[in-house]
Amino acid sequence: RDFNERCAQCSEVNWGLTDGGRFYCRSCHNVTERTREVVNTDFITNSRVQTISKGLKKQEKTDGGCEWYICEGFQLVLKKQVEALEALGVCPQMKDEILCNFWRCYLQKSKQAYCKRPAGETVKALSVCESSTDVDSDPERPSLLHLLSLSESEGDLQTDCSFVSSVSKVSESTSVYSGSVDGSLYLMKNQKEKLRMTMPMTLSFCYLALLWVREPITLSELLRFVVEGHIPYLNVFQHFPEKMKLCGLDLKIFCVESWPVYEEVFNKMHELAAFLDLPRFPDITESCFLHPDMLCMKYLMEANLPDELHNWTCRVVKKIGIGEVDFLTLMPGNKSTRKVKYDVLAAAVIVVVLKLLFLLDDHYEWLLSEFAEERNKNNTEGGPYFEFKKWYEVVKHSLDVEQKKLDEEKAKYLWRCEKPLFYSVKNKSKVLKRRQMVVNLQNQFGKLSGSVQHAEKPNPSSFQLSWSEENTDGSCFHGHSLKGVLQEKSGLLTAMNPDYWLCTVKLCNEKLCGHLAHYREVEFPQSYHFVLGLFSFLLRIQPSYIHDEVCMIEHKLFNKKLCKKLKYNTVLRK
Amino acid sequence: SSNEHKLNFKKSKEACLSYIQDALLQKQWKRAAEFLTCYVESLEKDYSREHIGPSEMIWRIGTEILWHHSQSRMKEFNCFMEQMKTLGVKRYLKVCLEHVFHLLCNGQIDEAYQNLSLAESWRCGEQTAIQDKEIKLIQAYRGLLDYCSWSKQKKILLEHGDDGFADLAVEQEMHSYFRKAAVNLKEIIKIPGVWDVFVKCYVDLLEFYGEHNEARQVLNEYAYNSKFPANPNAHVYLYQFLKRQGESKKSLISALKILHDIVPSHELMIDFNTILQKSKKRKKRQLGLEVIFAALDYSGWKENAKAWSCLSRQVKQIVISEKHLDWIKQEWNSRKDWWPDFHFSRYLAKRNWQENKSLSYEKALVAGILLGKDCKYFKYVSHQGCKARLKRFRMLKKFMTRHNPRICG
Repeated sequence: RDFNERCAQCSEVNWGLTDGGRFYCRSCHNVTERTREVVNTDFITNSRVQTISKGLKKQEKTDGGCEWYICEGFQLVLKKQVEALEALGVCPQMKDEILCNFWRCYLQKSKQAYCKRPAGETVKALSVCESSTDVDSDPERPSLLHLLSLSESEGDLQTDCSFVSSVSKVSESTSVYSGSVDGSLYLMKNQKEKLRMTMPMTLSFCYLALLWVREPITLSELLRFVVEGHIPYLNVFQHFPEKMKLCGLDLKIFCVESWPVYEEVFNKMHELAAFLDLPRFPDITESCFLHPDMLCMKYLMEANLPDELHNWTCRVVKKIGIGEVDFLTLMPGNKSTRKVKYDVLAAAVIVVVLKLLFLLDDHYEWLLSEFAEERNKNNTEGGPYFEFKKWYEVVKHSLDVEQKKLDEEKAKYLWRCEKPLFYSVKNKSKVLKRRQMVVNLQNQFGKLSGSVQHAEKPNPSSFQLSWSEENTDGSCFHGHSLKGVLQEKSGLLTAMNPDYWLCTVKLCNEKLCGHLAHYREVEFPQSYHFVLGLFSFLLRIQPSYIHDEVCMIEHKLFNKKLCKKLKYNTVLRK
Repeated sequence: SSNEHKLNFKKSKEACLSYIQDALLQKQWKRAAEFLTCYVESLEKDYSREHIGPSEMIWRIGTEILWHHSQSRMKEFNCFMEQMKTLGVKRYLKVCLEHVFHLLCNGQIDEAYQNLSLAESWRCGEQTAIQDKEIKLIQAYRGLLDYCSWSKQKKILLEHGDDGFADLAVEQEMHSYFRKAAVNLKEIIKIPGVWDVFVKCYVDLLEFYGEHNEARQVLNEYAYNSKFPANPNAHVYLYQFLKRQGESKKSLISALKILHDIVPSHELMIDFNTILQKSKKRKKRQLGLEVIFAALDYSGWKENAKAWSCLSRQVKQIVISEKHLDWIKQEWNSRKDWWPDFHFSRYLAKRNWQENKSLSYEKALVAGILLGKDCKYFKYVSHQGCKARLKRFRMLKKFMTRHNPRICG
C-alpha cells in the first residue's frame, strides 16, 4: 500500500500483494520481484505475508495471539505518533512520504527487512510454546538473567525483582519469553553497529522528519507535547492490536518509565541521520521558523521582553554567523560542523544580548532599572522605558506559579494504563489482581479528592506564557523602550553598559567531557541564574545546556579579543 | 550526567509522596487524597529492595486520610482495611490489630472482638510462627475485651443485689469471661514489655477472686524483673496494691523509694513524704525531707499547696526541735542559688497571695525559715496577712520573731 514506485509495465502506482507476498500491479498484473517482508502499517494477520526468518510455520498461537516482530511494533508506534502530529497541524506529507521512507530505509540498513537475509541468522525465537534450553548452555550469549538486570536508559523495568526471581526458578524447564518473535534476540545482540531501535528513538525519527519538512516545531516543543500527552509515547503499546501479545522482554523494549531527555533524542537523531546516509537536509533560511531570528522573536515575546531587543539579537546572530544557511542546515555524517540545537541557540542569543545591555552582574541592571523608574515617574509621554526590576517581578511571579503547577503535575503523573503487563504467565493473575486493587483504591480516594477532577489535557499550545498589551496593569513589556539603556555614538545605537563578563574563559573539550562548560549556580550572578532559569522552564531543559550555548556564542563573539590573550580576569571592555 | 534529571517513575512517585506528606501535616485531607490517588499505582511496581514499600505507605497514609476526612464513613474505612489485609501476608496481623484499635475508638466493641477472633485463627505457613508476637498481642487484646465484658457483668451483679435467678446466669457468664480473660492476659505479661493496661486488669481480676498472692507475684515481676523496661507505673501499681492489702510501712516505703528514684516529680511523692515523716527512723525522716524538696524542684509543683504544706510542716518541726538543722542546710545548699527566684520572688508573692492564701501561707513559712524574715516573699505575705487580720499570719510572724531561723547565710 505504501509502495510508491511506478510499475515498470504500465507506469501506474496501483499495487497489490500476491499470496506469495510479492507486489503485483493491479492495472496490468505485472508481478515484481520485490517481496513484502514486513507487514504494512496496517497490521495484517496473514502470517504468510511475514516471511522473515526460517521455517517458523507456527500460525496462530493457542492464546489467540500471533507472531509479530519488534520492528512491527515500532512501526505501529511511529504511525500513532505521526498521526498525532498530523492532528496538531503538521503537513500530511510528513507521514506518507518522509517518515515512511526514513523508516523503510532504516529497516533496510539494519537488515531487519527489505533485504534478502535479515540478520537474524539464529533467530531462536523463544516463545511460550517452545522450551528451549539452549539459552543457558550457550556460553557466549549473556544469560537472560544478566540481560534482565542490565540497566538500560530506555527501559527501567529491570528492577522488577519478582520477574527475576521467577526467571531463576524456571530457568531450566521453560525459558523466559516475549510475546514477540524476536524480543530476546533484540535485546541480546550487540546492536551498536546497527543502531537498535528504542522508544526515545521513535521521537528522533519524528523530529528528523519534522526537520526535513521544516515544520515550525522545535525539539523542545515536541518533547513538551509528548509529556503533555498530545503525542503518544507512554503506554502507546495499548493501541497495539489484540493479537499482538505483549509480554516478557517486550516490556523492556516498549514500556518506558521515564520521559525522554532532550540530549538523548537529539544525539540519536544525528546518529540516525548518519546511519541512514541521508543527504543534506533542506536549507534553513532566514524565513524559516527555525532560523535564530525567528525563534528569538518568539522567545522574546514569550519571555515578555521588549520587541526592540530583536534588533540586537539579529545583530549578534549576524556578527557570529550563526544565521548562515550552511551553519544551520543539517549535514548528516559531517563530523566537523557543530550540531545545532535551534531552540537552545536562540535562547542563548537572548541571554547574551541581555548580558550585553544589562551586564547582569547583580548590580548594574538594578542601577539601570532605577534610572528608568525615575524617568518613567516624571515623564509619561512617549511610552515607558523598560525597567528590569518590574520585568523581573512580573515574570518571576508568573514563572513561580507555572513552575509550581508543573511540579505538581509531575508528582501526579499516572504511568500505568489499563492494559495489563506481565512478564510471565505465572504472575499474570497476580498482576491482574493488583491492577484491580489499584483501580479500586483510585476510585475510593478519587471520590475523597473533592471537586478536583482529573484535569483535562490542556490544548496544545506553542506559548506557555502569554502577555497581553491590553492589560492595563502594565504587566506586558513588549512595547517598552530600551532608550534607558542605550546611547547614541556616531549615529549608531550602542549599549550604555561598557562591560561584559565571560561565562568562562576557556571552553572545555566537548568530546571529552560532554559539555563546553560546567554550570554551577553559586558561581554566577543571581540575575544570570534567573534568566537561565526562565528559558530552562520554557524549553524544559537543564540550565546548563543553555549555559553551554551561551559560552559558545560568547567565544565566537569575542573571538578576536580572546585570541589576544588579555590579562584581565573575566571582564572585557567592548 | 543528563540521566540524573530524567523524570522517571520512581522520582515522580517520590515527589508525589512528599506532597502527600505536606498535605497530611497540614491536615488537608482532600489534597492528600488527591495525591494518594496518583500514588497507588506504585503497587504495580516491585519495591522489594526498599525499606518501606508502597503497600505499607498506602496502608498507613490511607488509614490517616479515611480516619480524618469529613466525608469518609466507617463502612468505607472497614472496606479499605480489608483490602489492606490482602496486600501482604507479613503485615496481615499488624493491619488487623490497627483495624481493631480504630473500631474501638469508634465504639464498635463487638466488631473489634470479631476481628480479633478472626485474626487469632489465622494460619499462614511459616508466617504464623514468625508473627508469633503479633498473635500474642491479639490474644491479649481479646483478653482485654473479655475483661471489659466481665466488668460489665460484675457491675450488673452488684447492682441487683440479691435477685435470685437472674443473677445465676449473669454470674456464670461473668466467670466464663474471667477465665477467658485471665488466660490471655497472663500470657502476654510474661513477655518483657510495657503492659500497664493488661497488668491492671489482670490484677483486678485476681483480687476479685481472692488470688492475692498471685497478684503480688505478678506486680513484683512487673516492677522488679530487670528484663522488663523501666516503668514507673509498675511501681505505682505495686504500691497501690500493697496499700489496699494493708501492708507494712516498710514495704510501702521500699515500693515508693524506687519511684522517687525514677520520677522524683511523681504525684505520689506527697504520700511518700507523709509516710516518711511519720517514721521513727531518722534516716527515713531525712529521706522524707529529701523527697519533698526534690518534688518542689519541678515547675509543675510550684503551686501545689499540699506539697508546700508537707515541706513547711517538716521544716517547722525541725526548727522547733532544733535538731537536724543540718538536714535542711544540706538540701538548701544546692538550691539556694535558684530557689529564691524560682519560688520566692516578689511577683510570686503577690500572685500567690491573690490566688491562694493557703499556698502563700505555707510558702511564706518555708521562705521565712530558709531565707529569713527579711526576705521579699515573707515580708510581703506576712504584711498582707496581718493587714487582713488573719490569725495564722500573725502567729506566723510571732513564730519567726521568736525563732529567727536563717538557714541561708
